[in-house]
Order: sequence, then C-alpha cells, then structure tokens
Amino acid sequence: MRGITKRFPGVLANDRVDFEAAVGEVHALLGENGAGKTTLSNILTGLYRPDEGQIELYGEPVRFHSPRDALDAGICMVHQHFRLVAPFTVAENVLLGDHRAEGRKLVLRPRAIERRVAELGERYGLDVDPRARIWQLSVGEQQRVEILKALYREARILVLDEPTAVLTPQEAAKLFETLRAMAAEGRTVVFISHKLHEVLAVSSRVTVLRGGRTVATLATADATPRSLAALMVGREVAEARRVERGGPPGDVALALEGVSVAGDRGGLAVRDVSLAVRAGEIVGVAGVAGNGQRELAEAVYGIRDLVAGVVRVEGKALRAGDPRSAIAAGVAHVPEDRLGTGLAPGLSIAANVALKRYRAAPVSSGPLLRLRRMRELAEALVRRYDVKAPGVDTPVRNLSGGNLQKLVLGREFDGEPRVLVAAQPTRGLDVGAIETVHGYLRAAAASGVAVLLLSEDLDEILTLADRVVVMYEGALVGEVDAGAASAEEIGLLMAGGRGR
Amino acid sequence: MRLERRLDQPRLLLVAVPVGSLAAAFVLMAFVLLATGHNPLATYRRMLDSAFVADGGLTSTFVFCTPLAFTGLAAAAAFRMQLYNIGGEGQFYLGAIAAVGVTLYLGDLGVESTPLHVVAMSAAGAAAGAAWAAIPAVLRAFAKTNEIITTLMLNYAAGLVLTYLIIDSKSYWRDLESFEGQTFPLGKSIPEAASWPGADLGLLGGVLLPLGFGGALALAGLMWFVYRQTRFGFELQVIGDSQRTARFAGMRLRRKILAVLCISGAIAGLGGASFEGDFAHQIDPTGLQSSFFGYTGIVVAALARYNPLAVMPVAFLLGGLQNAGFTLQGADFPSGLVGVMQGLILFSALGGEVLVRYRLRLGRAVARAGAPSEVAP
Repeated sequence: MRGITKRFPGVLANDRVDFEAAVGEVHALLGENGAGKTTLSNILTGLYRPDEGQIELYGEPVRFHSPRDALDAGICMVHQHFRLVAPFTVAENVLLGDHRAEGRKLVLRPRAIERRVAELGERYGLDVDPRARIWQLSVGEQQRVEILKALYREARILVLDEPTAVLTPQEAAKLFETLRAMAAEGRTVVFISHKLHEVLAVSSRVTVLRGGRTVATLATADATPRSLAALMVGREVAEARRVERGGPPGDVALALEGVSVAGDRGGLAVRDVSLAVRAGEIVGVAGVAGNGQRELAEAVYGIRDLVAGVVRVEGKALRAGDPRSAIAAGVAHVPEDRLGTGLAPGLSIAANVALKRYRAAPVSSGPLLRLRRMRELAEALVRRYDVKAPGVDTPVRNLSGGNLQKLVLGREFDGEPRVLVAAQPTRGLDVGAIETVHGYLRAAAASGVAVLLLSEDLDEILTLADRVVVMYEGALVGEVDAGAASAEEIGLLMAGGRGR
Repeated sequence: MRLERRLDQPRLLLVAVPVGSLAAAFVLMAFVLLATGHNPLATYRRMLDSAFVADGGLTSTFVFCTPLAFTGLAAAAAFRMQLYNIGGEGQFYLGAIAAVGVTLYLGDLGVESTPLHVVAMSAAGAAAGAAWAAIPAVLRAFAKTNEIITTLMLNYAAGLVLTYLIIDSKSYWRDLESFEGQTFPLGKSIPEAASWPGADLGLLGGVLLPLGFGGALALAGLMWFVYRQTRFGFELQVIGDSQRTARFAGMRLRRKILAVLCISGAIAGLGGASFEGDFAHQIDPTGLQSSFFGYTGIVVAALARYNPLAVMPVAFLLGGLQNAGFTLQGADFPSGLVGVMQGLILFSALGGEVLVRYRLRLGRAVARAGAPSEVAP
C-alpha cells in the first residue's frame, strides 16, 4: 500500500501511509487509538476506498470497489466485533457469504462442509465443533470460527483487528501459534494491535502508525518495548510498573455480602459475591469479558437491582437498585460505557458536569437552575482535569475518548467519594490517556478512597491493584496478592481453572 | 452523490433549510399546477390572499392554527423525551368533552361569568386530557408497554366515546330540544357566557386573535423556560438524551415518564377545551374526527424539532396552509390537488431535514458498506 490518504469529515485518518507486508510473515500494525490502523485495514479489505494512493498485491496494482473484490483477491479480515450469525452452526457461518462454487449451490451439502471445517480446524489447532451453534460458543471459540472462515475461503492475506482483546493469556498464546503456522505456509498475516508485548511475541516485522502517518517499519527482533512505545507515542513513556503506595489500608469502606445479580438475558450474571475493599486500597477484578464484571459494578452503584445480598458502604447498607442511595453514601462510578451511561452525549459539557449535582446548591436553588454557576463549575473542572474542548457548551459527543474519560473521572472525583467503582477505565484509550487515568486512580487511593477496579486488561490490574480477585461465570474464583501474582496464574483462573 | 454526516450543524442552516425546502415545494407544485391547467402564480396569490391577507383570512387561519399549536406543543413535550405520544388526537377529544360538559353544567347552574367558564373549561379539559394520557403513561412506566400502540389505540376509543355521546345515546352533551337536534343528532351549544373572548388586533379590517392562541403562546414560553431554567427541565433534557445516563445520575425515571405523558395529554386536552370555547361551541363528533388536529400536531412538532418556541410559527404556517386549501377547493380546483400541495410541502420540509444533519457530496461513492459513522476518532 503506497501513499494511502483517507479523509473523513474533519479528520485526516490516513496521511500518505506506506505499508508493505511480505509473503509468509506476521506483520504487526501498531499504533495508538486514532492512529489510523482501522482505517488502513478497512481500505485494505475494500470497505473504504482511499482518496489517494494505491494498493499493490503481489506486484500488481489493484482497485477494490467493495469488500467482495478484496475477498476475491484473497484478503480476509477478522473484525473486533465478529460478523457471525448466532443461531447458525459453525459450518453454516463458514459457508455464509462464500459465493464461490459451494456457496452458490441451490442445495447445500452440510456434511461436506462440516468435514472440511473439521479438517481445517485440526490442521491449524482451531478446534471447534462444526455443528455447534454460534451462541453456544465462547468468545475465543467464535474468533476461531472467524479464522476458519478465512481459511475455508483460502485467504492468502488475513487481517486481524485487535484479536486478543477478548481472550485470556492462554487463548492468546494459542492464537499466536495458529497465526505463525499460517504464515509458515506462505500466507500473510496482518496483526493490528496497540499492545506492545503481543506485537513483540507474534510478529516478525512491525509498522508503527502515529497520527495517520507511517512512523517506521522495523524487524521485531530489533525492537524493544521501550523503543516501540516511543515510536507509537512520539516520546518516551514511563514503563508501566507497580508502584507501592505507602501506608496501611484503612477500615473496610465497601463490603459486598453474598451479592447475586440478574443478567440482561435472565439467569444470574453475578453469583453470591462477597468482597471487602478498604479505604485507600485498590482491589482489581480480573476476568474475561462477559463474566459478570459489568453487572457487578452496576449493582454496587445501584443502577442494577440485587437478587440477593447486600452492599454496605462504611457499614451502612445501600438501598438496592437505587443509585441515589449510593451517591449519597459517597459511591462514585466510572461506567464501562462512558458515553451513553456516564455522560449524556447530546448535552453540553456544563450539563454533564452538573449531572449529579443539579439537585442542590450551588447548581440549583429551589426548582430553578443557576446556569452561570453550572458553567463556572464546568470551566473549573475542565481546567483542573485538562479536558481538551472548545468550550463548556460543546456537546460531549464531540470529545475524544480520552477527554470523555477525563471528564467522567473529574466529575466523579469532584463529589469527594468514599468508594470508586471503575469499570474498564482505560478501554479504548491511547497510551498517554491511560497514563493519566492510572495517575488519577492512584491519587484517589492515596487520598483514602476505596477503589474497585474492574478490567479485562490484566496488565492494568497487575500495575494498579493491591489485591486481585478473579471473576469467572459470575462468581469470584480466586484471590491473589498483586505483588506475588503472575499473569499465568491469573489467566488460568480467568479461564475457569481451579485456584489454589 | 452521497451523504456525509455533518460534524457540527451551522445555525444558519436551521433557518435556511426550512425556507429553502418550502421554496422547493412551491416550485415542484408549480409543475403539478401547470400540468393540471392552473396558473401557479395566480394560485399561490389566491392562497396567500385567502390565508393571510383577505378580510377574515387571518381570523380563520387562527381557527386552524390554534388547535394545531396545542397539539403540536403536546407532541413536542413528549417526543422530546422519546415518549411517542401519538394520542394527542384522543386527548384532544376528551379535553373537548370535559370542557363542554363542565360549561354546560355551569350554565345550568346559572353561572354567567365568562372568566369562570373559561377557567373551568381549561381546567376540565387539561384534567381529562391528562387522565386519558395517564392510562398509557402508567402502562409504560410500570409495564414497559409500547406507548405508541397504546396511545394510538386510545384515539379510536376516544372517537367512539364522541360518537356515543352525540349519536348513539341521549347523553347530557346531546341537543334533544331544538328542532335541528330532533331531526339530526347534534351537540348541545354551550352558554353564551362560555364563548371565549378574542382580542381584536385592529389590522387588516379586524383580525380576531382567539384567547386560545394567546394561551398557547404563553404555554410555549413557559415550556421553554421550564426546559432551560429548571431542575425538572434539566432532568427532562438528560432523560431525552439518554435514559441510561439519567438512571446513572439517580433520576427517578418512572415518575418523569408519568409526569411528561400526563403533561402532554393535559396540553392536548387544553387544546380541546380551547377549540370548543373559541370556535366550535358544541361537540361535533364527525367534524372533530375529520380534522385530525392531533395527528397534524405531530407533524407540527416534528417540523419544529420539538422546540416549543418553534411550534408556534410552524403551527401558524400549517394552519394557514390548511385554511388556504379549504378556500381553494371548488369546482375548478379539486380537493385532491389541495392534498397534493400539502403533501409536497410536508414532504420537502421533512426531506430538507436531512440536509441539516448531513452534507451532500457530489462525486463517486467511496464506501458502500460501513458509512463514515465508523470513522476512527
């Protein structure tokens, strides 16, 4: 791909990007969020057309008019969000959208396809039952189906967009083996990620994007985490390391006693969880996505009802399912979905800052709002937390992910909380913003706030937490001391293995 | 040619686009008129004349636009919160029934004070509209029933109540004494004193501004103030933007849903009271059911982007259009053509909305699948 430029309204997503992947290599595409990785891969797979530049495949210039052209040329993509039909079987999904010979037949022969899928699965270590229906599979298995789809179509180039976000460390290691095996056969694997250690573990070459431009392409063997991070961010980054905070933790500030919570699809999402967090302590909840973490966080904060159990803050029981009771008791919450739960996207920064304070002075007096006070508060918060915005009247949906999170954190800290429930606080943020958010969480703990940190990013939990509990299928399956824990040990628990 | 989402919406467009689409509609209609052998300019002139210029033109435009202002405000109040109250029609009927019932009763008691009649009719109309809306409101708040369906169904129920009161029964509302009333089912006329006064604007040979229109204007101002300046309004803004966020902030969603749907119903019911007090003076089941004030109010609200202040001019324009269409109809001008014209205007107005939110780019399509909504931030 040469000189690829792609503009979106208000954004230059790709600016003369050069990218070259050789036959038989795993080539990593590394960059922060918003660096242009996804745009570039969408151009490669025919979803977008470049405004400038051209694509050459095996030396021939090509123009893709649609994703189908790219598919026909042997390019397949595994998206972050899978493109699978839940009620269909694995084999049916593999066949779906395949418009070559087999998929075009009026009468399908499921047995033959199932056999072929099983065969491929065996060869590449992608074991999935071809007759299983998608909804019965775990996320890791669903990803294997996506890769099987590509293999079935005899893809010569496979593009994976952040494939490990939903996997345990063990599953990720297995995926890397598969990818290397595919490359060894002469296929090309493009691996998109913003996680340094993965890039180092799996790729043979790395191309780093920053701000829509190619910064460097280098052999992985010549790279170190530090040098890659510097290329990615454009400056030196302090390596994430656990910082011991002095002082013993205080009294128990947040206590969960036998908490069970219903999920959205019926059934229990959280089963009989008991947990205590002391003032000044960060307790990390690790787990693969969808094991009840979100429901747990929502239940503590009161936006989800409890089926059983009780949540106590400084000894006093909260009214289940009533966020006002939690807010009054000093519980702050950084929700997983910042825009749409934590913030009202169409309203101004000023309104969003006032979201939890509008009921009382100084934001309101009696039934009336004091709009000027509201603006002043927002201006102060924007300054203090370094939220980059044209002004406090800007609708928050126009802010970037990092600035949204700063705004949410700022608002939640401003209420001087006793307990902070932070769910996926750095998901989707770039390295710089992650550093900032981590700094705020540490500062909160240092000032005596009890922090419950739910994260799918194990590194994040290991860097921040004092204690780590692991959630699997809605239950706590183990607790480890953060200082002594290893990623492997926690990974095993996350996958449902037995704890000590 | 393709559409791109606008990142910000220039303020100028908010005015330019509606005006432009109105102009476009008249240009399109000119072709239709030419094809049917009418002179477009003369027709437009007649329309303008009959709706806004001629003696009594504005007065009868107010007759059309006052109920539309109320139903438009009612729809705007609910739709802003993503509560789709389609029941303005039925709530309007119920408001009319209650207002007429109360005023007839007061008349029988011998009350002759006009202010008392006006206040009683307004209160009764608003209460009845709110009560009628309370049924879907409770169902929505506590059983999560889809309010679009329940409010719509209740419109038919309300229509049947009208028919029952005047045609199928000898109710208190029916005129059983006069000669006309005995030959054909009619509603009882309200007492003289209950006829709402209007203000003579003293221009163009006497334009009568009905009390109801003034009321709607004040109501629109009040709604705007409540949205912008009060805690209650702030809560409505947040709920209207994202219910999840409202819950996150500890707002009591159920109460607000109940309140807003009932307020919306009350406004529509007030419209019914004003319609009876200002213009109709008796329950006319067929007339009420064929004027579709409730449904047209939804269009008014949509064109006004649910902004109460914008509802007023939009209601005025649509009222004028209806009035003009009414006078145009005749032997040489079939009513179907009037319908075509009104349809074209609504069509281009709603179509123009797209241009406020999206920008039209000429050039070859770049992306077929995945619109630029998937833009990397």
